[in-house]
Amino acid sequence: MTLAPTKPRLRGVVGESAPRVDAPPKVRGEFLYGSDLSREGMLYGATLRSPHAHARIVAVDVSAARGMPGVRAVITSDDLPTREKFGLMRSDQPVLATGVVRYVGEAVAIVAADDPEQARLATRAIQIQYEPLPSVTDVVGALQPDAPTLHDPKDGNVIEDVRVVHGDPDAKADVVVEGEYEVAMQDQAALGPEAGLAIPGQDGGVTLYIATQWLHEDLRQIAPCLGLPEEKVRLVLAGVGGAFGAREDVTLQIHVCLLALATKRAVRMTYGREESFYGHVHRHPARMWYQHGATRNGELVFVRATIVLDGGAYASSTFAVVANAACFGAGPYRVPNALIHAVGAYTNNPPTGAMRGFGAVQSCFAYEAQMDKLAAALGMDPIELRARNALENGDRIVTNQPVEGSAPVAEVINRCAALPLPPPRSSNDPLELPGGTGNLTRGEGVRRGVGFAVGMKNVCYSHEFDDFSTARVRVERDGEGGVVRVHTAASEVGQGIVLVCEQIARTELGVQRVIVETPDTTIGSAGSSSASRQTWMTGGAVLAACREVKVELANRAGQRGLRIDQVDIAQLLDTPVERLVTHRHRPTEKRNDTTQNDGHVAFLFAAHRAVVDVDVDTGLVKVVQIATAQDVGKAINPLAVIGQLEGGIAQGLGLAVMEEVQLKDGAVRNASFTDYLLPTMLDMPPVVCDLIEFPHPDGPYGAKGVGEPPTISSTPAIVAAIRGATGRALERVPVRPDDIVFGASSRSGWHVVPGDDPRQATRTA
Amino acid sequence: MVDRVRVKLQVNGGEREAEVREHESLLTVLRERLGLWGSKNACDQGECGSCSVLMDGQLVCACLVLAGSAEGRDVRTVEDLADGEHMHPVQRAFVEAGAVQCGFCTPGFIVATAALLRDNPEPTDPEIREALSGNICRCTGYGKILEAVRRSATKGYGA
Repeated sequence: MTLAPTKPRLRGVVGESAPRVDAPPKVRGEFLYGSDLSREGMLYGATLRSPHAHARIVAVDVSAARGMPGVRAVITSDDLPTREKFGLMRSDQPVLATGVVRYVGEAVAIVAADDPEQARLATRAIQIQYEPLPSVTDVVGALQPDAPTLHDPKDGNVIEDVRVVHGDPDAKADVVVEGEYEVAMQDQAALGPEAGLAIPGQDGGVTLYIATQWLHEDLRQIAPCLGLPEEKVRLVLAGVGGAFGAREDVTLQIHVCLLALATKRAVRMTYGREESFYGHVHRHPARMWYQHGATRNGELVFVRATIVLDGGAYASSTFAVVANAACFGAGPYRVPNALIHAVGAYTNNPPTGAMRGFGAVQSCFAYEAQMDKLAAALGMDPIELRARNALENGDRIVTNQPVEGSAPVAEVINRCAALPLPPPRSSNDPLELPGGTGNLTRGEGVRRGVGFAVGMKNVCYSHEFDDFSTARVRVERDGEGGVVRVHTAASEVGQGIVLVCEQIARTELGVQRVIVETPDTTIGSAGSSSASRQTWMTGGAVLAACREVKVELANRAGQRGLRIDQVDIAQLLDTPVERLVTHRHRPTEKRNDTTQNDGHVAFLFAAHRAVVDVDVDTGLVKVVQIATAQDVGKAINPLAVIGQLEGGIAQGLGLAVMEEVQLKDGAVRNASFTDYLLPTMLDMPPVVCDLIEFPHPDGPYGAKGVGEPPTISSTPAIVAAIRGATGRALERVPVRPDDIVFGASSRSGWHVVPGDDPRQATRTA
Repeated sequence: MVDRVRVKLQVNGGEREAEVREHESLLTVLRERLGLWGSKNACDQGECGSCSVLMDGQLVCACLVLAGSAEGRDVRTVEDLADGEHMHPVQRAFVEAGAVQCGFCTPGFIVATAALLRDNPEPTDPEIREALSGNICRCTGYGKILEAVRRSATKGYGA
């Protein structure tokens, strides 16, 4: 055994801004997404959807469709192999509408044909006779005793009801401010449409190539609906064109498998953009009533709030969204007394579920508006008010859980506030003004405003959920020397978990070549690419597996009388070393009736400052700059972290001033990118970032998780800036031109005392 | 099928033929008939730029071009940009700047950037923003894309 010569420096270790290994195929157009998959002789699937928000299915006639050229299968509820339902947290949704439809866009029938056009035409030839039922699309109305019910009548339409009581909920304060707030429905708008390719197997099973956030959860829901044991259903991750929560729920997975099994042919399904708006869940719209009380010197005394979240026709993740809205309903502040009542309800609107920052986004918009109102009432600087009440390590949030590990709330506030401001507006060039190339102003009605907001959220799954990730790390020798293979089921959805796995393995094992293999269900679950959790969980699993591999490598080196850092690892690999590890975070407590517990593993914090120019004559807004400081624990790849911050802020900007799924009687009125407006490069300003690295003792290298906070407080910061520029109250997002020009409001029409049960709401005059 | 037509066009320098329905787009031809999956299908109506290609040198959304109207035209897709193993400078800049996340918008941005720098080798930031405002990215917030375009320009590509 020879001593290794000086080891070459590794490129792309933890803390470096290494380029993504999947970037070259992506820039070349060679990376295959779900919608790019094909097989010789494959069929194409299509879906028939409900035109009604609520109706009974009286008669179904598929004979014409079945007789059409090229049509290989037509499946309705009557043809399903089982009566199993599916759903992320409650199995309440039939695979195809059975007897009743509950929202506009619900899948009623599916078709496979030789080409996509034949499949589409066949769906049109299916005759469904409906008898409309009374529907409910007002979420507060859905909670009233006279509302039609969608599921079990004894639940009313309540999906989840969380009441947080902290200290004395009837506490009195010197200064009290109140408000009613609304967050409209936002779409994740991942650019890659829902898509999958199902291939029937010789064993009567099926292999599904699918763009998803969580292979194993899809498997759990798919297999019973196909009437198959899980071992006969194999999932492989296809390229994922963005997710942001929309791929956490099953969309076409079961349908495409059913068609493949029925025809014994490979079948691909791809939604177009319009169908995508109907086919996946959206962000929960919210109505919120808040009351904050403080002492005259600006110490928070109480927060009372009622939050009502529209779950749409099926439950999806409404349970967790309601819990988050309540738990984080007072924000990252020390609040001695609180009463927060959050309810999620079924309505005949499209189902809502996961979207980046869920639950926390909605309540942050309200509590940060309240903090500004409070600062105004106290005559205090709004940043000073926030810093004075910021949670410190050991302080308890309103569920009585102490914040431990790292809680740099004051740090994110102060460091964000210290970031440089943009220069004052110096030009009256229309291109630089609100309206841009629309050439709408010479600057006469343009006012500048600055706003600030802070937000918080949990990382990982909470409330006793068995949250784990599985990683297999194998080190072997090939013709070029040592190579590490990392296999997990973690979905790379764009966020960069491939980088995290690669950089951790390289750093731990000191081997330059690391291959991250394609995720599939032949290995254990990694959990979902959601809740900002993959760095912590799958990064943690890879780290743990690498450390076990290292123990064996150290043994092998020791047998030769050497330390591991004295040898070229390739020399120790006459046989490969492989370890499989299941990594869990510390247990969390089950949520009890009032959530007074240790429910979350850790918390993430961020602050945002927005500078806007507003044309008060046209109501148009140009966001000039966003500054942010975010508590990231440790940036495994700083470039990728900044990419998450900037991308999340763009989605927060969209919710602030552009993005709304507009509904009329439960139907989406703007199911296209022509009518659902997304921020472009002209809308998105420069972002100034400060990454705050206070390592968390439980995260890999101290890393926490970064994906969601950018989307949480960026929205309220922008709206605060618009309020500053215009003096308007602006109690809903997105802010529309009419809200700015005319002070239009969009009250719910319900009177609710903050903290009270929304089932006691009364109609306002 | 009565409504089918044959189109003959130049794609990335080679003559190609495909049978299409009259209402189908150039994007459908490229992807579903010719297996060129690099041009992406995100919005179906010319709002997002994911299917950007050059047709007779003009930047177009392939989803808005009727297949029949591409008859006899010269079409260049993202697959045409790299020279074998060597990435096009714009492609390299996107990789290095961290401008790629999920990557679904990336081919469209690459083609649109190459067209921009061909016509304007030293664009200002406002010119870049204007030129690429027809391309939507949902992941990055555009900061690193802007950086990638600046980098491509300073490296003299297009000069």
